[in-house]
Amino acid sequence: MPVKRADKTPMPVREAQARAHDFKEVNAGYTASQAAFESERCLRCQDPVCVDGCPVSVPIPEFIHAVATGDMAGAARMLRSSNPLPAICGRVCPQETQCEAECSMTLRFNPVAIGHLERYVADWERTQPPSVEAKITRKEKVAVIGAGPSGLVCAGELARRGYAVTIYEALHAAGGVLRYGIPEFRLPKAILDWEIGILKAMGVEIVCNVIIGRTLTLDDLFERHGYAAVFIGTGAGLPQFLGIPGENLNGVYSANEFLTRINLMRAYEFPDADTPVRVGKRVAVIGAGNTAMDAVRTSLRMGAEEAMIVYRRSEKEMGARVEEYHHAIEEGVKLHWLTNPLEILDDGSGWVGGLKCQKMKLGEPDASGRARPIPISGSEFVLPVDNVILAIGTTPNPLLTRTTEGLLTNKKGCLVADEQTGLTSKPLVFAGGDAVTGAATVILAAGAGKRAAQAIDEALVART
Amino acid sequence: MPRILETRMLTPVTKYFRIDAPLIAASAQPGQFVMLRVRDGGERIPITIADYDRDAGTLTIVVQAVGATTKRVCALEAGDDILDVAGPLGGKIEIPPGGHVCGVGGGFGAAALLCLMRALTGRGDKTTAILGARSKDLLILADELRPLCHNVEICTDDGSAGFKGFVTQRLAQMIGGDGPGRPDHVVAIGPMAMMRAVAETTRPPGVKTLVSMDPLMVDGTGMCGGCRVNVGGRAQFACVDGPCFDAHQVDFDVAMRRNKAYVKEEKQALDRFTCMANREAR
Ligand SMILES: Cc1cc2nc3c(=O)[nH]c(=O)nc-3n(C[C@H](O)[C@H](O)[C@H](O)COP(=O)(O)OP(=O)(O)OC[C@H]3O[C@@H](n4cnc5c(N)ncnc54)[C@H](O)[C@@H]3O)c2cc1C
Ligand SMILES: Cc1cc2nc3c(=O)[nH]c(=O)nc-3n(C[C@H](O)[C@H](O)[C@H](O)COP(=O)(O)OP(=O)(O)OC[C@H]3O[C@@H](n4cnc5c(N)ncnc54)[C@H](O)[C@@H]3O)c2cc1C
Ligand code: SF4
Ligand code: SF4
Ligand code: FES
Repeated sequence: MPVKRADKTPMPVREAQARAHDFKEVNAGYTASQAAFESERCLRCQDPVCVDGCPVSVPIPEFIHAVATGDMAGAARMLRSSNPLPAICGRVCPQETQCEAECSMTLRFNPVAIGHLERYVADWERTQPPSVEAKITRKEKVAVIGAGPSGLVCAGELARRGYAVTIYEALHAAGGVLRYGIPEFRLPKAILDWEIGILKAMGVEIVCNVIIGRTLTLDDLFERHGYAAVFIGTGAGLPQFLGIPGENLNGVYSANEFLTRINLMRAYEFPDADTPVRVGKRVAVIGAGNTAMDAVRTSLRMGAEEAMIVYRRSEKEMGARVEEYHHAIEEGVKLHWLTNPLEILDDGSGWVGGLKCQKMKLGEPDASGRARPIPISGSEFVLPVDNVILAIGTTPNPLLTRTTEGLLTNKKGCLVADEQTGLTSKPLVFAGGDAVTGAATVILAAGAGKRAAQAIDEALVART
Repeated sequence: MPRILETRMLTPVTKYFRIDAPLIAASAQPGQFVMLRVRDGGERIPITIADYDRDAGTLTIVVQAVGATTKRVCALEAGDDILDVAGPLGGKIEIPPGGHVCGVGGGFGAAALLCLMRALTGRGDKTTAILGARSKDLLILADELRPLCHNVEICTDDGSAGFKGFVTQRLAQMIGGDGPGRPDHVVAIGPMAMMRAVAETTRPPGVKTLVSMDPLMVDGTGMCGGCRVNVGGRAQFACVDGPCFDAHQVDFDVAMRRNKAYVKEEKQALDRFTCMANREAR
């Protein structure tokens, strides 16, 4: 076996100073020679532990080997066989805690860049003419609620199995968080649009502006519209607030509002687009997950001179992908670890004038297993800021569950569903993604959508 | 795309639209609203459902042109399509049956009384609508409301029609026993200042009052929290928890301040719209 290079081939990125002020994608993607080199690093392990780290068991050594031998079409086919959204997951999966965390190379060196290779293959695939066709072979129709990754994948898998599928989406555009949450500089909308185009070519119908639970009820879908089964992929889009004084001041946003104004409503094109957003000179983002990193980096791109993360725990407990965190630092984001927001201060005219904080220290692990932050008394101080963006988590939207009888949820408002099949407490109603797990990841949502499609198929075949 | 079937100018800046939207018409309830978008890159704006006809599959809305988006809506005519109409959103107005309900409508708020009064009268409540405007020619929908409720009380600031004075003055007289008499429930829909004045009128005598809050909204589905209103010291999302709230619990100061957050940008958008419209006219 040839001697492998110890280091992961770095992803070519756009220079931090230039990219921090526009929305073009940060990562440029591997060149053919970089991909070839990186694919050679894979040891093609007998026991590919990397696959255990992937929630959808992508055949990692096989697809990487196909890249190494130049069989791009084969690589693309293998990838898609287990992950229907490779261009997206290659970009946004937290590889460092999933596939790459398990890679045998990490024992002595750096892991194989599985995510970067996945992206490389999927980007190649998009340059090829798509070879899909609509083929409805089953008489049953299936409805999918929500056009986020779980719903899109479920619809695609059902269409592949010959079902007529309709996706009902509450907003005016499909994609869920991929549309309104994750910014263009991380996930270009063109990729999402391409995936949606494929679904449409497969015969999937996407009906926007329909809110299930309001426009139609879940029961209507069965009784009045003749669907044989329903998949719920409504996500976890309800933003949480801290409940501290000053949260209703002008200039305080939930990360969802901030990112939706900019991504879905295109506030960066204001006044060519009609939706405004107000970004001041200094912006504080509370939280340290992917959403917080997206919000803080977006603030810089919207013209903030100083953008900072305020987090009551430390860097170690941060939830964001490592790559985003590094990119944020390169772009000049400031970090206030062990800092707890106490109050948002009024500038005298009803707008944010500052953020009063308190320093924290770490104590014993709490229920979540992470060190509990403890306030240090007398350590209060004020950060002078013009905006405060709250990125402290979201919970499932209760709109559908409130209006549907017999659909069980747990204490956190998450739908109760079978882990394997996604079957809910109602017959022929399946669910997956953030609506079931609470805010999680794209690949988990995609995997749940895929498993549910299989279960729906089995349930409907069993009935005939 | 929902098609506009009929339009009518109610005042120089207020337009009535009947649109083809069977799914929404089938499930609409008094107090709910829709989110509209009229062009690519356009804002999503909330508009109250004024009325619905389930058999015909149509929806009635009344739009007052105040800024760029509402002006764009008001430029549409019968035969035009509206790019996006999503709804019905928000909760319906819940009032215990059997009492005397007084609906107070100011500006485009009068429109929302259409389906509300029809539903309440239909189930046997005693109903009164109080409509207010600066003068007679700015009054809207009085003739349409007459067959839908037991009493229609007209108020104009200048006395050009009906009672001379504010809706709140007439309401206070009614609470005192005048005219149709003391209402058991008041529902106020209109400009924030009017709703606040109604809340202050009904607070001392303790008449239960609902107001239909109209904060700035983005999605209208509970996803952004931008529409939060302080009710009884707690943040409530108007698009899912409202838009109607107990008037005596609402913090109007905060609500009015939050609605002014983008005055500068709104003016910029309006100037741009006017400039583009002028260019097209030439
Ligand atoms: C800012 C941000 C950044 C993130 N970054 C990453 C990342 O880097 N990597 C990663 O793996 N994950 C990331 N995540 C998490 C990931 O995006 C989610 O876990 C994933 O999108 C969940 O998919 P879903 O299909 O369950 O729901 P969603 O993507 O939330 O989609 C749900 C869809 O359902 C629609 N809907 C809701 N209710 C109804 C209804 N009643 N009727 C009709 N339609 C309805 C919604 O409008 C929405 O379009 C991020 C999340 C956010 C918010
Ligand atoms: C639940 C709800 C129901 C509504 N129903 C109707 C309706 O039936 N008919 C109708 O004409 N309008 C209604 N509105 C108000 C309507 O949504 C706004 O007028 C519209 O968003 C303004 O958009 P614009 O771009 O035209 O004006 P903008 O440029 O956004 O605003 C122009 C001016 O109007 C003010 N304004 C903006 N939004 C609001 C608001 N929500 N409430 C009060 N003042 C505002 C601004 O402060 C500014 O002075 C409703 C609002 C809500 C929240
Ligand atoms: S889908 Fe995600 S976790 Fe699985 S191999 Fe690809 S990048 Fe890794
Ligand atoms: S564990 Fe690492 S080296 Fe082994 S097959 Fe998987 S990616 Fe290749
Ligand atoms: S408008 Fe976004 S939550 Fe109500």
